[in-house]
Amino acid sequence: MTQKENAVARGRKPKKMSPARYGLYGLLIISAAFFLTPLYVMIVTSLKTLDEVRLGKLFALPSTITFDAWIKAWSTACTGVTCEGISPGFVNSVQITVISVIISVMLGAVNGYALSFWRYRGANVLFGILVMGAFVPFQAVIYPLIVFQREIGIFGSLAGIVMVHCIFGMPIITLIFRNYFSSLPEELFKAARIDGAGFWQIFLRIMMPMSVPITAVAVILQTTGIWNDYLLGLVFGGRDNQPMTVQLNNIVTTSYGVREYNVNMAATILTAAVPLAIYFLSGRFFVKGIAAGAVKG
Amino acid sequence: MKRKTRMWSNLSAKIASIPMLITAVGVFILCVAYSIALSFTRSRYFPKFDFIGFDQYIRLWTTDRWTVSVSNLLIFGVLFIGFCLVIGFILAVLLDRNIRMEGVFRTIFLYPYALSFVVTGLIWQWMMDPALGIQNVVRNLGWESFNFAPLTSTEYAIYGVVIAAVWQGTGLIMCLMLAGLRGIDREIWKAARVDGIPLWRTYIFIIIPMIRPVIVTAVVLKAISVVRVYDLVVAQTGGGPGIATEVPAKFVIDHFTERGNVAIAMAAATMMLLPVLLLVGPWVYNEYVRRARA
Amino acid sequence: MKTSRIALLASALMCSSAFTAQAADLEVIHWWTSGGEQAAVSLLAKEFDANGKDHWRDSAIAGGEQARAVVMQRILGGDAPQAAQFNNSRQFEELAEAGMLLDLTDLAEKEKWRDVIRPKSILDPCEVDGKLYCIPINIHSDQWLWTNKAIYKEVGLPEPKNWQDVIDQADKIRAAGYIPLAVGGQGWQEDLTFDDVFMGVGGKDLWNRVYVDRDEDAARSKDMAKVFETFGKLRELTDEGSAGRNWNDTTSLVVRGKAAAQAMGDWARGEFVLAGKKAGEDYGCVPGPSESPVLTTGGDVFIFPKQSDPEIEAAQLRLASMLLDPDVQVKFNTAKGSTPVRGDVDMASADSCMQKGLALLEDDANIALPKNAILSSDTDGRIQDLVSQFWNTPSMSIEDVQNQFADILQDGS
Repeated sequence: MTQKENAVARGRKPKKMSPARYGLYGLLIISAAFFLTPLYVMIVTSLKTLDEVRLGKLFALPSTITFDAWIKAWSTACTGVTCEGISPGFVNSVQITVISVIISVMLGAVNGYALSFWRYRGANVLFGILVMGAFVPFQAVIYPLIVFQREIGIFGSLAGIVMVHCIFGMPIITLIFRNYFSSLPEELFKAARIDGAGFWQIFLRIMMPMSVPITAVAVILQTTGIWNDYLLGLVFGGRDNQPMTVQLNNIVTTSYGVREYNVNMAATILTAAVPLAIYFLSGRFFVKGIAAGAVKG
Repeated sequence: MKRKTRMWSNLSAKIASIPMLITAVGVFILCVAYSIALSFTRSRYFPKFDFIGFDQYIRLWTTDRWTVSVSNLLIFGVLFIGFCLVIGFILAVLLDRNIRMEGVFRTIFLYPYALSFVVTGLIWQWMMDPALGIQNVVRNLGWESFNFAPLTSTEYAIYGVVIAAVWQGTGLIMCLMLAGLRGIDREIWKAARVDGIPLWRTYIFIIIPMIRPVIVTAVVLKAISVVRVYDLVVAQTGGGPGIATEVPAKFVIDHFTERGNVAIAMAAATMMLLPVLLLVGPWVYNEYVRRARA
Repeated sequence: MKTSRIALLASALMCSSAFTAQAADLEVIHWWTSGGEQAAVSLLAKEFDANGKDHWRDSAIAGGEQARAVVMQRILGGDAPQAAQFNNSRQFEELAEAGMLLDLTDLAEKEKWRDVIRPKSILDPCEVDGKLYCIPINIHSDQWLWTNKAIYKEVGLPEPKNWQDVIDQADKIRAAGYIPLAVGGQGWQEDLTFDDVFMGVGGKDLWNRVYVDRDEDAARSKDMAKVFETFGKLRELTDEGSAGRNWNDTTSLVVRGKAAAQAMGDWARGEFVLAGKKAGEDYGCVPGPSESPVLTTGGDVFIFPKQSDPEIEAAQLRLASMLLDPDVQVKFNTAKGSTPVRGDVDMASADSCMQKGLALLEDDANIALPKNAILSSDTDGRIQDLVSQFWNTPSMSIEDVQNQFADILQDGS
């Protein structure tokens, strides 16, 4: 599932432009337009006044740029009596994402390490079940999980939502680390054993320092995955831990007499900002991460 | 001394695996079993174990909303995976032809994948709005009869959802395909050129069979996300118009909450699980359990 | 009563030192997210906070179905809110049966709910095994047609008196460039329109035979077929932008003079009021629409999930008591566009639309139970799915939809 990163294309770039190459670029530019249009529309719409939005000139640039919609989306848009915009959701999402990512990546790393080097009895079966788990639709286990979380009293709390993210993230993160550790030379491990190093020593001193790149992949994968989650946050977030995606949907489906498309678009961009930033800042790792983890769907 | 350390270390490994054990057995076996068990009962909001056999399944398969959901999933799945593969492959081929600014194009094609389904759904709902979206723009340009408002009709709404999903998911496939293409031996190209095989034939008859593993991976990845599709529909169409864009995942969630019929929700969840168990089960067993043992 | 008060006092003393600030914070889940609704719910929140010790923690969730789903999940997960809005219906029946709701019987007796609340039938859904588990706070009727007076004047047509009029007038209104009947394309709105047609065309007798008596012959009768037929004809009357549209965005089309009429519950009035429109001058309201209108007495109720903390329980009772306060009833219902549940409050300030509703509610012959108070959520939902499917599938035959309709009613609870 990981891919070879052969950034260098074959041969030299041809100097002359043949008709075929014009066609090639033409196709690429048309495709690029298809992919870029929605983003462009979102941005220009969010900068327009509502009156201008109503003119229906989807692609036109705003006649005067106003950030009012952004301010409203961030801090004053209402749902019911509460008028705090989408900012509380941002804080919630940051909290949920940071804690869940740290715990789930640590768990996954330990799991992968234990599975690759300490082949205790039943390890393969355990791993097999876990991989199957990557394919189980959430809907099939949400109901029992709610009942279970009630029994241990963490439903609706931060701990509850973090636990759910750790559970659903575990298969893929474990898989990534296991595959990575399996590719490391066995001798490395054996030598450490002969030197008398134990389970945690080998893990912390030898394995983790060697797995910085794969950890980056796992972190990116989990961060975007958890940030973009809607269903789990909606169900397990309780009142105080609703992530930004849920609040976004709430704000967009709420309307007071008129639909404020510009505010909706601004809220949408704000929600998308974090994963987009990760994507633009860590391009190479991002590509590896999603390729490795698209299993998560 | 050494022996003692080994025992300790093995113990540490086992202790460290407890969360994994709990997840694997507790969630992916017990919770799934619990869900399946509930599907044979008459539970409403709360679990009640009064087993009644297959009644819920019979009702499920005679309910239009469920059959529509299933056929939507098939339409959506086939088109979504098909378009992603074809467009992803074409884009990868174009990018692989020594073009300028490859990085820029790649970035553009892939960025939607960073966005959530909720965001994707909302953007495309907006683009497809009959009064303010693309349709209106084109009509204002003078093409009065232009129609592009798929979400307003029961017949086409599901295709509107497909467009949004393809926009979001094609970039990933392109990335995978590009990696596949870059992994191909250069000699193959030379040989094909020497033999005078046209470029398009080289791609279709030589290259595609060579990157088959990549294609299989891509299909598996997309298939999983198809079964789970929920957020996109909720944000883009809410399942409407009518029940035209309902999907199984939404059927399950709606029924164990607002509709107060856990039993039929779990019957539906079990039906979603079945193909996964039948198709993925043997593959996982082969790949990870048996082979690793040998 | 005495012991509980002592217990209450004791626990209040115990808690007061540590938890005074939080002790009476009540989280309230509701789906009042339109402009008029926001005004009304803010009023309740302010009133509740005004007693000095309690605080209304607002949890608004857009969309009734979504909001109820969240309440159910959270009760299931043991993280129940302290109060939640429901429809006056069977939606929370199982919660009461399972003993998860606060018993309001004592409070009701003390405050004589059974004497002041009218019509009596609206307390029925609250009652399980002789005890009361919910408090109705308003009466909402679905059967109203909201019209833009200016449009009818311009086109030169009288306001429609019944569904046949609505259909007959459509061509002329369309020709003048307006939407004859704006419908919001969400399942529940299509279902509401269907119920209006059912009551307007079929009448109360058929309604009761089909829903209450589960009379299969009635469900398969010619009269019922006519209901479906009339409903089907309305498809042509709405606009292209209907799909997925919120009810208040749809009302806004009538307010802003884009659509001639909308069939919506009386809560739509709140949107007209908010836009500064005058009843009878700018907008009209036709009950039914029918010459002999029958209104369903739906509405909103509050339930109070049981809590272990007696201090919170006391606050829940305070909230319940406040909701039925005569003054609050008038202010809230005026803002919300609904009718007070108390018969003893002065509604002289009500506008002409509200007066029409009040007059109709006086006579039991003009009122009926809403569908969701008769059918279980599951069955109600199945009918909504069917109606929505029929509305959006013009090729579906009357015979087919009617058969399925009758089957669901025979099969469901």
